[in-house]
Amino acid sequence: MRFAVLVFPGSNCDHDAYFVIRNILNSSVDFVWHKEHDLSNYDAIIIPGGFSYGDYLRAGAIARFSPIMESVIKEANDGKPVIGICNGFQILVESGLLPGTLMTNKKIKFLSQNVTLQTETTNSIFTRNLDNGQHLTMPIAHKQGNYFADENTLKKLQDNDQIAFTYAAINGGNPNGSVLDIAGIINEKRNVLGMMPHPERASENILNSKDGIAIFESMIGAS
Amino acid sequence: MKAKIYISYKEGILDPEGNISRKALNNIGLSEVNDVRFGKYIEMTFNGVSKEKAEELTQIACEKLLANHNTETFKFEIVES
Repeated sequence: MRFAVLVFPGSNCDHDAYFVIRNILNSSVDFVWHKEHDLSNYDAIIIPGGFSYGDYLRAGAIARFSPIMESVIKEANDGKPVIGICNGFQILVESGLLPGTLMTNKKIKFLSQNVTLQTETTNSIFTRNLDNGQHLTMPIAHKQGNYFADENTLKKLQDNDQIAFTYAAINGGNPNGSVLDIAGIINEKRNVLGMMPHPERASENILNSKDGIAIFESMIGAS
Repeated sequence: MKAKIYISYKEGILDPEGNISRKALNNIGLSEVNDVRFGKYIEMTFNGVSKEKAEELTQIACEKLLANHNTETFKFEIVES
C-alpha cells in the first residue's frame, strides 16, 4: 500500500506522518507538494497537521484551493482512503469533503495536551481494528478545533454512523467545545476521515502512547 | 471600483471573543452593552470593471472563499475607489 503525505506551505506534522508509515509500519510513502496535480499512483492520502498558509482567513481555507486538492477530491470521490489530521481535518471541511466547520476553541486558547478519545464506530477502514467504545490517548494541538454543524447535519452524522471519535468524558472531557463532543468524523461513503487529535504523534511507546497506530494499521489492513 | 465586505457570524453561532469583550465592556462601566459580535471587514479593489461586474465578482469571492457558509453571513457595498 502506497501512501501520499501532502505538504502545504506551513504543514508541520508531515514528517511525523511519513515516519509512522515508513519506519513503524514499513509501508511505502512519499511527500507530495501541494502544487502537484496527480495522486492516481497512491492508495491512500494523508493530509497532515500544521498551519497551512498561516491559517490566514480561516484555518484550511486557502489550502483548500491548492492545485493538489482537485486531485484529492477526485480520488476521495472514487473511494480512495483520505485521512485529514488537525489542519488536514480543517482543509477537508473547507473543501466540502466533510460537513461542518472547525471554529475557534470555546476558551479561545491554543490547546496542546493529551486527550482521551472514545471510538464511536468500527465500521470504517480507519477504525476496523478498534473496538466499539475503545479509549485512545493521543495529543491535540490546535486553536480551531471546536466542531460545529447545524442540527440537520448532526442528525445525518448520527443516523449514518459517521461520528468516528468523541472526546471521552474522563480526564477533563471535551477540551474545545465541539458539539456532541465530536473529535473526528467520516464521510457518507466512509472513505474520508477527519480528526483533530494526532494519531501520528502517538504511535510509539517512546511518545508515551501508541494508541494512534491502530488507525494506520486499520488503513493498511494489518493487525 | 472598491468592494467593502462585512462578514459576521450567523445568529446562534457561539462567538467567544465577542462574549469576553462584552464582559470587559460591562466591567469598565458600559453596563448597557448587552451583546458584542465579532466579524471581519475586507476591502477589495478592481481594475477597469463596471459596478455591476464588481458586484458579481464580489458575490463569487464571498461565496467561494471569503465567508464560510456554515457559520458566517456576508454583505457588501461597491463604491468608486
